[in-house]
Amino acid sequence: MRVTAAIAINVFRESVRDKVLYNLVLFAMLLIASSFLIGQLTAGQDVKIIKDLGLGATSVFGLFIAVFIGIGLVSKEVERRSIYPLLAKPITRYQLVLGKYCGLTLTLAVNVAVMAAALYAVLAYMTWGLPPEARFVAESPALDPALLKAVLLIFVELTLVTALALFFSTFSSPMLSAALTFGLYIVGHFSGDLRNFQQVIDSPMAARLARGLYWVLPNLAQFDVKSDVVHGLPVPIGYIAMTSAYAAVYIAMLLAISGLVFSRRDFK
Amino acid sequence: MNPQSSTAVVATAVLAAVLLAAGVQLQAARERAYPLAAVPEASLYMRSGETLRRVAGAYATLAADIYWIRSIQYYGTSKQRFDRMVATPGAAPPTADHRYQLLYPLLDITTTLDPRFNIAYRFGAVYLGEAYPRGAGRPDLAIALLEKGLRATPDKWQYMEDIGFVHYWFRHDFRAAADWFKKASDVPGAPWWLRSLAATTIAQGGDRRSSRAMWEAILQTAEIDWLRKDAERRLLQLQALDTIDALQRAADDYARRTGQTPDWQALVKARVLRGFPLDPTGTPFELTNGRVQLSKSSSLWPTDEPDAAPPTSP
Repeated sequence: MRVTAAIAINVFRESVRDKVLYNLVLFAMLLIASSFLIGQLTAGQDVKIIKDLGLGATSVFGLFIAVFIGIGLVSKEVERRSIYPLLAKPITRYQLVLGKYCGLTLTLAVNVAVMAAALYAVLAYMTWGLPPEARFVAESPALDPALLKAVLLIFVELTLVTALALFFSTFSSPMLSAALTFGLYIVGHFSGDLRNFQQVIDSPMAARLARGLYWVLPNLAQFDVKSDVVHGLPVPIGYIAMTSAYAAVYIAMLLAISGLVFSRRDFK
Repeated sequence: MNPQSSTAVVATAVLAAVLLAAGVQLQAARERAYPLAAVPEASLYMRSGETLRRVAGAYATLAADIYWIRSIQYYGTSKQRFDRMVATPGAAPPTADHRYQLLYPLLDITTTLDPRFNIAYRFGAVYLGEAYPRGAGRPDLAIALLEKGLRATPDKWQYMEDIGFVHYWFRHDFRAAADWFKKASDVPGAPWWLRSLAATTIAQGGDRRSSRAMWEAILQTAEIDWLRKDAERRLLQLQALDTIDALQRAADDYARRTGQTPDWQALVKARVLRGFPLDPTGTPFELTNGRVQLSKSSSLWPTDEPDAAPPTSP
């Protein structure tokens, strides 16, 4: 456990050294600039748009961090040949994979937390000095705590994407890993179509195959509650718990396979 | 940093600034020599909201915001273009684009990307239904958009109220309006006054009292500033129309007594009026050939209430 934690902290430090947290500055600038601009461009709805933009940007920025750092977690060590002294230490390969994963998850957690805080700060700034009734957009208050539900599920989704990126990086090149991870990210958001494939084609065989893929591939659409939260619709705690549990199981499976693949890799 | 390297940094910065300035100058010179093609009229490359929703994936609501901003910008730009055209004597007549041709497709895409985009439906109800030049003059599309909203959220009584409003105000179909107000009042959680609005509409459809009741109802339910302001403007218009009626009676009475066509000066001189009458925005009313009317420079002009004379084209 201590070994895993030490690796995780090192991954976090490395990402800080790699200026990954600079994206937070970009995020903050994007939101602040938008809060000034959007008021000029649209008749009302600026709070809704900032919420959409903030949650969307959190998801996109997080996705890029998860994929581009995730694919380099293992391959960079191999490329720089720093894997040899690392493996010479009393560390199992499973511990290495798990530590790397936890480190990137920590980086993502810090990123997502700061982005959520920046989003609330911008929303507070936008509604500063307004009478209480004007602080409510059509369906939900500007500083709605329910936004945190969407942020939480974005984070959970990112941890799953990180596990995918790490999994691919254990056996393929960084470019291919990035392509495969992005591909699965897109497929994961359209998995509902796989489920209803029989409505589009006549072949029962293909429909069964599509349905099988629906159950096997990661269903990422369920993590997207941005629209519900922005429109003030309820997102039950039970839903969040079950979706998070699904992610945890899927991540555990991916990490187990990643560990296995990595442990069988020959670095000679 | 040693002096040599700091000199290099400054020199590089100066060189970069000079090169950038030269690039800007070259571009400006090229644009003078070979002017850029005129900016094309507003166009919509993708008309299928469903396709856009697929492309946008998890960011469909963000894409809806972009199309919402485009809708507002499109409406504003087209309106400004019309205003400029009116102000320019001998200008070409309005093209299809001036008539907000893209307003419905833009709002349709917005609401397909985000079916719960409440404001887009309500904006469409007003500005698709309203007669040109303030709107597209397409109440059928306004109703189609609101019905689409109802398919997404069947218990949204506000959309039913808005459909009633479109029937009442733009189609002058008071029976259909009353039916929709009644339907809206049946939705659990709908305000009590919808039921009386339905009754008033059926009993006195088209008169100024029921118009006032309807705009006051809209003012109460308006969640956004522009809708509230529009309702306030309509109420001021109704107030101005009441004043016009009173002034017209006074002018007609004067004409009958003196046999002369009245003007404001004569009415003030005869002590019929204390001074030149102003509309609720402070703009003087006009009295031309014995007819009292709103000034075209008033922000309340033109009025288009059902029982008022239709506005003349500017």
